[in-house]
Amino acid sequence: MNIIVNAEPRDVAAETLEDALQELEFTSPAIATAVNGCFIPRENYRNTPLSDGDRLEILAPMQGG
Amino acid sequence: MEVYGKKVQSRLLLGTAQYPSPAVLKDAITASGTQIITISLRRETGNGSGAGFWDLLKACNCHFLPNTAGCHSVQEAVTTAHMARELFGTDWIKLEVIGNSESLQPDVFGLVEAAKILSADGFKVFPYTTEDLVVGEKLLKAGCEVLMPWGAPIGSGQGLRNPDALRTMRAHFPDTPLIVDAGIGRPSDATRAMELGMDAVLLNTAVAKAGDPVLMAQAMAQAIEAGRNGWVADPMDPRDMAVPSTPILGMAELM
Repeated sequence: MNIIVNAEPRDVAAETLEDALQELEFTSPAIATAVNGCFIPRENYRNTPLSDGDRLEILAPMQGG
Repeated sequence: MEVYGKKVQSRLLLGTAQYPSPAVLKDAITASGTQIITISLRRETGNGSGAGFWDLLKACNCHFLPNTAGCHSVQEAVTTAHMARELFGTDWIKLEVIGNSESLQPDVFGLVEAAKILSADGFKVFPYTTEDLVVGEKLLKAGCEVLMPWGAPIGSGQGLRNPDALRTMRAHFPDTPLIVDAGIGRPSDATRAMELGMDAVLLNTAVAKAGDPVLMAQAMAQAIEAGRNGWVADPMDPRDMAVPSTPILGMAELM
């Protein structure tokens, strides 16, 4: 299916958030995610299904003021 | 100073953006003596791209104050706060809900709404706000235990554009920690803020964009300490006319 990952269209075989992160090689522990604008806690990655067209945001620590 | 039950010695909160290099950032943090540093979240650009930066900051032994910089809506700010809480392991959040892209001034209506939602969800909210007293009252009612009025627009380095309003804020909220956030350009601006009775100053660009960020970090720390001592020491009132400081009594007649 096609999903949007950090504003880039990506084709993934994975059906859950956990599998999609593995497939897309976002394996760093220093990330936090949101699907369609909703925060998904790490413990829910496994049971969060993804659907065609979902918008996945993967954020990491960054400099800030 | 005590905020949300946490006691800190340093009254300087330092941002971590725009430094010439990670090494300079680290040295500036050390030179400033800060115990609270602000950080942000942005899109992961590669596997583990943010992890190195995160490791560097963890080694600084400071409290982390993640921000919601760039959020223009309540939902964006609330979602970002939740992501920050998980990522940085803190319930502190510097809440920014931006109302205007040019001035980066706070959308105080959205700010109060987001502060209510986040406080109810256990966050300790540090709201980036204006000097407006009514907004301040609503933020305290929403659950905030600290207020962060702007000195001038973010990154402008203009200093305090409305010192009278900050003085009024101090009088109106005598027991609330007030932290001037944004607009500080020079050490004298930071001193001025502290002389007005502010409890602390949050700054970033003034240090990061100085010719020598490490020296400026030290200068800001000294300026804030001087201003704080000046406030506590209770300065004299200005006078319209000169008053001799050397005694007249005992003056010789030499004409």
